[in-house]
Amino acid sequence: MWKRHEKFERHSLWLVIGIIITVSIGGLVEIAPLFYLESTIERVKGVRPYTPLEQAGRDIYVREGCYVCHSQMVRPLRDEVERYGHYSLAAESMYDHPFQWGSKRTGPDLARVGGKYSDNWHVDHLKNPRAVVPESNMPPYAFLAKTELDYRAIDKHLKALKAVGVPYTQDQIDNARADLETQVDQFAGEKSGLKQRYGAKVAQRDFDGDPSKITEMDALVAYLQVLGTMVDFRTYKAEDPENLR
Amino acid sequence: MSERERDDHSGTETTGHEWDGIKELDTPLPRWWLWVWYGSMVWAAVYWVLMPAWPGITGYTKGLLGHSDRAQVARELDGLADLRRAGEGRLKTASLQQIEADPELQAYAMQVGQSVFGDNCATCHGAGGAGAKGYPSLRDDVWLWGGKLDAIAHTIRVGVRSGHAGALGEAVMPAFGRDQMLTGAQVADLTEYVMALSGRRADAAAVARARQTYADQCAACHGAGGGGDAARGVPDLTDAEWLYGSTRTDIHDQIWNGRNGVMPSWEVRFSPETIKALAVYVHANAGGEPEPVVSAPAPAAPAGEGADARAAGR
Repeated sequence: MWKRHEKFERHSLWLVIGIIITVSIGGLVEIAPLFYLESTIERVKGVRPYTPLEQAGRDIYVREGCYVCHSQMVRPLRDEVERYGHYSLAAESMYDHPFQWGSKRTGPDLARVGGKYSDNWHVDHLKNPRAVVPESNMPPYAFLAKTELDYRAIDKHLKALKAVGVPYTQDQIDNARADLETQVDQFAGEKSGLKQRYGAKVAQRDFDGDPSKITEMDALVAYLQVLGTMVDFRTYKAEDPENLR
Repeated sequence: MSERERDDHSGTETTGHEWDGIKELDTPLPRWWLWVWYGSMVWAAVYWVLMPAWPGITGYTKGLLGHSDRAQVARELDGLADLRRAGEGRLKTASLQQIEADPELQAYAMQVGQSVFGDNCATCHGAGGAGAKGYPSLRDDVWLWGGKLDAIAHTIRVGVRSGHAGALGEAVMPAFGRDQMLTGAQVADLTEYVMALSGRRADAAAVARARQTYADQCAACHGAGGGGDAARGVPDLTDAEWLYGSTRTDIHDQIWNGRNGVMPSWEVRFSPETIKALAVYVHANAGGEPEPVVSAPAPAAPAGEGADARAAGR
């Protein structure tokens, strides 16, 4: 019995088959249930796919490697809830591809940064972090304010996200570019197509303080300002037995 | 080929494998390591029984201890609320003026205020409240939205141009240059006029040219004499405090671009008690306007509401 492993050690094909079987058991037990268990795919009111502008900002966030220092996950720990607010729900990042969970905090967690500071602060801070936070060790991103946002393919971005499960409608994909332009127009009004497609809570304004052009700064600040604001925790019942994990 | 034999040099058995004369020792694992390994297997089995562990078809094994991370953090926050209950209860019932008049309660409020200020307010207003260009100093005597306790608490609650229904800051400064409401020459002349308003040297000819423009465009909010309008958060142009910088270039830039400050509403993030503590902290520590003297409150019965504070994230 204890000698049987020689069979695997001497024939590489058996070894490969053995490895595949062993690893798949791990995957079947640990990963596969996450796709169907109710407790891991809870649906929470308020969570919506990102608007085209927010999604463009998210792409910049990922491109610039913000995740190297900033996580987006308030863990269910007393100190984190005290500092950042309600712990993150899985549903809040259900449309994130890829998600930004983690515990690496060279900079603070950003899961609930939306609405915490003004747009102007984000612009000043991204241009030169030490201008507003003297002890910061974050690199400056001043070029974002000068770089015009390239959103020619934003509809295709949305289409690609739809292919991996984000429920964008055909209407949203067709109007992606128009919606992006509408979101930086503070005079677009309450009845804009953007609000009809993404909800009344969507912020429509010039995010970077320069209405003459749509910059990467506009997109990134729009993204930062929506983080953690979709779920209304005054109505979410965290203590309900079905919400306890 | 599979002959096990004893190695003369180390006294250990070989595995019996041999490749071109090279043999492999079969050194046994250290006993202590093996026992730790067996022990961890047993521990894993115990853990499966006690804690949530195995996923199934419709749910997962909950474990005999009934552990839940979310329930645990809720308990810990309740514990924190219990610790704070006495203090929060007194903050809840006392008026801002009473808190300030009671040294013990004020000291408590200052502690709460300091910790909240550090993480939430210092980002813009600076660690010491000294502000920065575009972010008002809380240490001087100039208050755009009022420096009395109630005014400070109100500002924290609703914010300035924050999107809150009752937000301050209805009056906005237009971008006279950028939006082409005035010509470049007019903005340049106005800059000289504002310099003169604050008692500094300015080009007299430009000041004379700007007089009518100021009366038409600026006086409605800033007043004919440039004194501002404290009730609407309109800055005084005659003093030495400049939110967006005091130099000629800064003033020109502000007339041209018309920036308007935004402060978030903190009503959702903070409990009412926290906002009170913060107002007391800002008022006492950072040069608020004096308050009339009131008597200290009678100690109130503990009546903190842990759940409210938690929902507010604090």
